[in-house]
Amino acid sequence: MSRLTFFALRIAQAVPAILAIATLNFLLLHLAPGDAADIIVASSGHGSPELVAELRRSYGLDQPLHVQFLVYVGRLLSLDLGTSLVFNRPVIELIGERLGATLIVMLTAIGLAVLIGLVLGIVAALRHRGWLDAFVSVAALIVYATPQFWLGLMLIVFFSITLDLFPSGGMRTIGVELGPLASVLDVARHLILPATTLGLFYVAVYTRLMRTSMLDIMTLDYIKTARAKGLSELRIAFTHAARNALLPVVTLMGVQIGHLLGGSILVETVFGWPGLGRLVLDALLQRDLVLLLGILFVSSVVVVVTNLLVDLLYGILDPRLAS
Amino acid sequence: MSGLSLFWQRYRRNRPAVGGLVVLGLVVLAAAFGPLAYGIDPFDMAGRPSTLPSARFPLGTDVSGRDILAGLLAGARVSLLIGIAASLTATLIGSAVGATAGYVGGWLDAILMRVTDFFLTIPSFVFAVLIVAIFRPSVAVITLAIAAVSWPSVARLARAEFVSQRHREYVSACRAMGMGHLEIMLRQILPNALPPVVVIGSLTVASAILAEAGLSFLGLGDPNIVSWGYMIGVARTVLRTAWWMSAIPGVTILVTVLAINLVGEGLNEALNPRMRPR
Repeated sequence: MSRLTFFALRIAQAVPAILAIATLNFLLLHLAPGDAADIIVASSGHGSPELVAELRRSYGLDQPLHVQFLVYVGRLLSLDLGTSLVFNRPVIELIGERLGATLIVMLTAIGLAVLIGLVLGIVAALRHRGWLDAFVSVAALIVYATPQFWLGLMLIVFFSITLDLFPSGGMRTIGVELGPLASVLDVARHLILPATTLGLFYVAVYTRLMRTSMLDIMTLDYIKTARAKGLSELRIAFTHAARNALLPVVTLMGVQIGHLLGGSILVETVFGWPGLGRLVLDALLQRDLVLLLGILFVSSVVVVVTNLLVDLLYGILDPRLAS
Repeated sequence: MSGLSLFWQRYRRNRPAVGGLVVLGLVVLAAAFGPLAYGIDPFDMAGRPSTLPSARFPLGTDVSGRDILAGLLAGARVSLLIGIAASLTATLIGSAVGATAGYVGGWLDAILMRVTDFFLTIPSFVFAVLIVAIFRPSVAVITLAIAAVSWPSVARLARAEFVSQRHREYVSACRAMGMGHLEIMLRQILPNALPPVVVIGSLTVASAILAEAGLSFLGLGDPNIVSWGYMIGVARTVLRTAWWMSAIPGVTILVTVLAINLVGEGLNEALNPRMRPR
């Protein structure tokens, strides 16, 4: 199988996944007590039976279920996720406006986590059973047990309220005109605490994974060969072993992207970050199910697409997989 | 030596796991008898708002003058109840799906695993938020929502165990003796596949407690009960003036989850001696 066929096959495999997400969304929408018409009438506070019937007709709710399903999928394919009841605007627009901010936090958090995790993991493996190795293991256990949103609050207490080092919320300083560079720096300053809150868990995950992975690889024959050639231990670790030890890290990144998104939503609500998390909170307060379903759909698609990208990356990192 | 004392001998070697067990035991005792022994209603606005710890209120009062210690004790019940119930449900569903897929194999395996992978794809916390929002928050709904996002990893593990056992000689022998498939699965393979499932089940209790805290922090807790996440959500409004009010329930969650994870690792080492981490 050529690399091109491998890529084409992987892309084709994403289609049923997205259809399955659409189906789940449709089922959830119909499991909810009352339909869209009831919800609209209830949220506007007044409505006659005639109005409800009229709304049902206009939303196609009087059609048989399988027809409704086909219509629903057709709409999703044309990126029509319905209209938010709270904002009275298309859901896809609302999500589009917020997705960028969420991706910034997510990518910063995961990028830092991978970088720090790799270095700490390699060093811990080189100093196997040393004090740093022990510290990393204990710290990881504590981080695993910490509720992320609470960690965010504690970071605010320490770094914003007590030390006044970083802003406690938002994405930009309000009411100040800034040049292009200054405004990037301003966002970066606001980003540090949320990205740290979100990323710390993954630092622990990747450190531990990289450590185990390195320990396994350092016993392999090709490493012994490198040692026999007289290369330094550090050089072997970083150039020979790390490249192969990276593969499980890349896999895990793909698997965890959904987890990361969920965490991001909680962390954003703590820091008032204007991403999907805030949108979820607004939707929850008003019980805007259409908006919530739209967020679930888009975030699931983000996961599917990321997994696809990870697979493609994997095909490049390890050419054996594509053959 | 009996199986249980052999197990304890192995478990005891892991000191942190023994510590975890002691802490977890204390939390369970606090949850079981605490509310009754302490005798103060966590919803009762008993004192002045936001007071520091004192003789009358050992951990102080919250923004509405409610006793924080009473809240912690009531919250211990909720956290443990939801954590254990959600984990049990997820372990049952996951084991059933994984065992069937692994034992039967073929197209049923393919379909069940596709479904499992699909549920692993959906962002689990967003999915749980949606389920609770649709069906309205109550202890039962929250438990089911957390179970609904937790079973797939159990299913993957159970399947791997059943696949590895399916072709062993003892299974062939049972079949040759005319034993039914269900009996082979439940009475012959399951006992062998159980240790890793028990371990993942115990770790799921910890993640379920964290998920419940997140949900109730967002205001998706059962409105009739106090939970740790809800307490943090309430205290958050006075973070600037009374940080300890948020810190206390958070530390409680951390310690409880840490204890459960340590017990889980201890179980892992005692039950699967070959899979001991380095």
